[in-house]
Amino acid sequence: MRKAKALLFEMGRPGRQGYSLPSNDVPEKSLEELLPKKMLRQEPLELPELSEVEVIRHYTELSTRNFGVDTGFYPLGSCTMKYNPKVNEDVAALPGFALMHPCQPEETVQGALELYYNMEQHLKELTGMDRFTMQPSAGAHGELTGLMVIQAYHRNRGDHDRNKVLIPVTAHGTNPATVTMAGYEVIQIPADERGNVDLEALKEVVDETTSALMLTNPSTLGLFEEEIVEMAKVVHDAGALLYYDGANLNAIMGYARPGDMGFDVVHLNIHKTLSTPHGGGGPGSGPVGVKERLIPYLPVPLVDKKEDRFYFDYDLPDSIGKVQSFYGNFGVVVKAYNYVCMMGGAGLKQVSTDAVLNSNYLASLLQKTYFIPYDRIRKHEFVVSAKPEKKKGAGAGDIAKALLDRGFHPPTVYFPLIVDEALMTEPNDTESKETLDDYARAMEEIARDIEEDAEKVAAGPYHTVGGRLDEVRAARSPVLRWQKE
Amino acid sequence: MDYKVIDGLKYTRQHEWARQENGTAVVGLSDYAQHKLGEIVFVELPDVGAEVEAGKSAAVIESVKAVADLYAPLDGKVTEVNEALLDQPEVINQDPYGEGWVFKVEIKDASQLEALMDKPAYEEFIIKEEEEE
Amino acid sequence: MGGNHYLPLTDEDRREMLKVIGVDSIDDLFSDIPAEVRLKRDLDLPPAMSELEAVKHLNSLAAKNKHLNSCTSFMGAGVYDHFIPSVIKHITGRSEFYTSYTPYQPEISQGILQAIFEYQTMICQLTGMDVANASMYDGGTAVAEGAVMGCGATRRSKALVSKSVSPFYRAVLKNYFNSRGLELEEIPIKEGFTDFSKLEEMIDDQVASVILQQPNFFGLVEDLDGVADLVHNHKAALVMSVDPLSLPVLKAPADYGADIVVGEGQALGVPPSFGGPLLGIMAARSKFVRQLPGRIAGETVDSEGNRGFVLTLQTREQHIRREKASSNICSNEALVALAAAVYMASMGPQGMREVAEQCAQKAAYAFEKITALDGFEAAFKGHNFKEFAVKVPGKPEDLNQKLLQKDILGGVDIAPFYPELEQTMLFAVTEKRTREEIDTLVRELEGWK
Repeated sequence: MRKAKALLFEMGRPGRQGYSLPSNDVPEKSLEELLPKKMLRQEPLELPELSEVEVIRHYTELSTRNFGVDTGFYPLGSCTMKYNPKVNEDVAALPGFALMHPCQPEETVQGALELYYNMEQHLKELTGMDRFTMQPSAGAHGELTGLMVIQAYHRNRGDHDRNKVLIPVTAHGTNPATVTMAGYEVIQIPADERGNVDLEALKEVVDETTSALMLTNPSTLGLFEEEIVEMAKVVHDAGALLYYDGANLNAIMGYARPGDMGFDVVHLNIHKTLSTPHGGGGPGSGPVGVKERLIPYLPVPLVDKKEDRFYFDYDLPDSIGKVQSFYGNFGVVVKAYNYVCMMGGAGLKQVSTDAVLNSNYLASLLQKTYFIPYDRIRKHEFVVSAKPEKKKGAGAGDIAKALLDRGFHPPTVYFPLIVDEALMTEPNDTESKETLDDYARAMEEIARDIEEDAEKVAAGPYHTVGGRLDEVRAARSPVLRWQKE
Repeated sequence: MDYKVIDGLKYTRQHEWARQENGTAVVGLSDYAQHKLGEIVFVELPDVGAEVEAGKSAAVIESVKAVADLYAPLDGKVTEVNEALLDQPEVINQDPYGEGWVFKVEIKDASQLEALMDKPAYEEFIIKEEEEE
Repeated sequence: MGGNHYLPLTDEDRREMLKVIGVDSIDDLFSDIPAEVRLKRDLDLPPAMSELEAVKHLNSLAAKNKHLNSCTSFMGAGVYDHFIPSVIKHITGRSEFYTSYTPYQPEISQGILQAIFEYQTMICQLTGMDVANASMYDGGTAVAEGAVMGCGATRRSKALVSKSVSPFYRAVLKNYFNSRGLELEEIPIKEGFTDFSKLEEMIDDQVASVILQQPNFFGLVEDLDGVADLVHNHKAALVMSVDPLSLPVLKAPADYGADIVVGEGQALGVPPSFGGPLLGIMAARSKFVRQLPGRIAGETVDSEGNRGFVLTLQTREQHIRREKASSNICSNEALVALAAAVYMASMGPQGMREVAEQCAQKAAYAFEKITALDGFEAAFKGHNFKEFAVKVPGKPEDLNQKLLQKDILGGVDIAPFYPELEQTMLFAVTEKRTREEIDTLVRELEGWK
């Protein structure tokens, strides 16, 4: 019997308390003595009143209603939901990292600056770029930072007519949204029949109004852009720059580097590729790397080293300024740095090897039952099209729900848009062969179930803590907070 | 044909319909379009008095996971909008050619309307689009 | 090789899998990468460390830093040394929460969705707003997105920001506006406060957003009565940046007539982490809900009629509306928002009020003692909450050096941001500071030149 969980606001009793504070030891003055009455709160704050035990039980029960990488297989495409090493959490929580104030004098943060400095060297080697900023707080934030840098580069050269950014049809939604945020117009480039960017179409639209081409390589179809060198030439010849969306870097570490492919700017999603947890939505971290000619435009401050001393360099007169209040999501970078230290160069290459092997293996298993367009070697992910199943009465979204019933997190559904009824599947490097075999069997079972009774599949899930949720109702009459009746 | 197409209306390639009514055109979304969008949850209407341009977005129709522009089938000034849709956008799903109309626009150039598809042409257009999918 | 314990495939597995795929070697799987861009050497990274070695290395780096446990801190400027109840790390440390992605599949994400819904509710209770989102990156990006949101809602392209808003936030705001081609002007300050007579002169019907901060960067509580009327007369939006931990005692932004409320939520049980991850707060009146950026959890029912939660109004967001989205934000700071929710649930209305009152009282005590010292004087006249600016008799840098020798993290030097305010320092005093610690600070300041 399924049951809803009470809200915090429906629990507790007036006067109950879940905290302890030392008593005030300075001479007490009433608030009215300290502040004029008109500046004080008018209505008393209404928050739940709970004991510590109630708080813990509430959130513990909520956690049991949640699925993480530690719960099971999580092949969410383009999200690289790999295992998050536990030791990363321990080191990031060290008081010497977690309890540092961002305004501390430089000589009191030498260890933190050294970590940023080392990490920058590692990311440069991994990507083939010349400098990095750790300031962006997430992938999309990195995209925005990268486009701002590109914009500053063009503007600084007196090149003011470049108002368009090209993006392939397979791009993540953040790409076009970022382009708008940076004040640019989006020009979409179609894919060719092999799933790559249509080079001829690209040639047709690139001109002196093009600021940049944003590209994810391998793409969201899990396909490597084979003509990348030619594409880079076309874009550069027009005076535009190449932007690399690092969401899919897990496919090529140690095999190829965006810097060597001709990209001028990259962002990495270290909460994907470099194993830091996604936290139910965040925090992430999206370091941005650039080639030499773009260094002057990076956000301030950069971290540098003089003799044995590390320091913040604010001396970048052409810098775009800041994209975050301080220096980025330092706590996340600590975890990723620890991961890079433990993996080493050969280890990171093995990560990509296994990610790509797992992806191709799982695709081979699923191909027996499902339609997977663009039949060629894939990188770290592949896209199943459930169009035939949809015709029988249960589409990608229904297959996703059926996977929930079998203990798996489903792939990304309905994306990329160029594949109908898409199930974008990314098995990643930390999954065993047995897990992939189990998943493939579950998918076969679901295909059989659809054959037998599609309607039943479309009405699932049956074994989750809650039944299928009514998203139409949520959107038509939004209830976005609890209110006292 | 799984979708209702009504006689006497004019249809666009973006699946709007228009009906002439005392010098104005009533504009809405075709049954085929509402099917494709799924359950509609929100409608953004143009302002009364706004000038709309043929082929340009004049309203926005949202389902849970999709957003569609509703393009004006002809140029002109908006004379009336269907405010009932703000509270009950699902009316477009229930009665796309009747209660689910979206806005009315003054007809400036009647030839713009005449150039649109009639019932048989639109039916053929839908069948083709279905096949391509 | 290091990191092998995260890679479960054995060589035997790999061989079998290649066979199933129908290729001869791993190299065949990478044959689609053109030779000219293939990396033909090994990555030049330091040799892999074992877990033990890595922990040792990270510990040695951490040991080179001073921090809020090794020092007594009077630093603020947006990030504060508040008490963090132990329960928070135990909840955010539950891996069902922290190893999950954005809750796209609500049936197996009810935990985080309900927690976000509760967080949104508590942010609304604090601010008096109708809706809140699931978080932005930090205070600076929340201010920037709040100002941009005002532009979207009014279809105008200009904002006015008070110079009493944190310079850290204004730097981000300036950059966002510059890139997007939006216009930004700064409202001057007069003796530490926004000069509202200047705002009256500057505001016109082109202005989309007016951005103020309460308490302002100098810790002063601004008199904002009537400001909203001025802003609304020009059909602009009032964007207020707030310290959520001031709101148990200070007037709620809704009662000032704010339309959009943003702010830094780090005070709500979040470690400072050298400036990130922090927590961007974003809330608004319901009429702005369609311009709100980021994730929003909403209530609904499941197939059996039970209450449940989903991410809703997703058509605002980038994965659906693409270039027309209200923002590009995708990953946010959900786990930090969870920490803030646990904080508010644990502290409750009394605890939060007690913290806020102690901050105000201890700051007032420190202010009185410090400004009574020879050579130290209040930079501004006014009412402070937990932070205040003091003119000091010498270089702030030197003073902080001296304090450091006693393991005290002194005040923030504000001259780099306000060149006209030389030798001025911002001291923050939270509920964590004891009378003895404050007295020690005062003793160290005494007689310093």
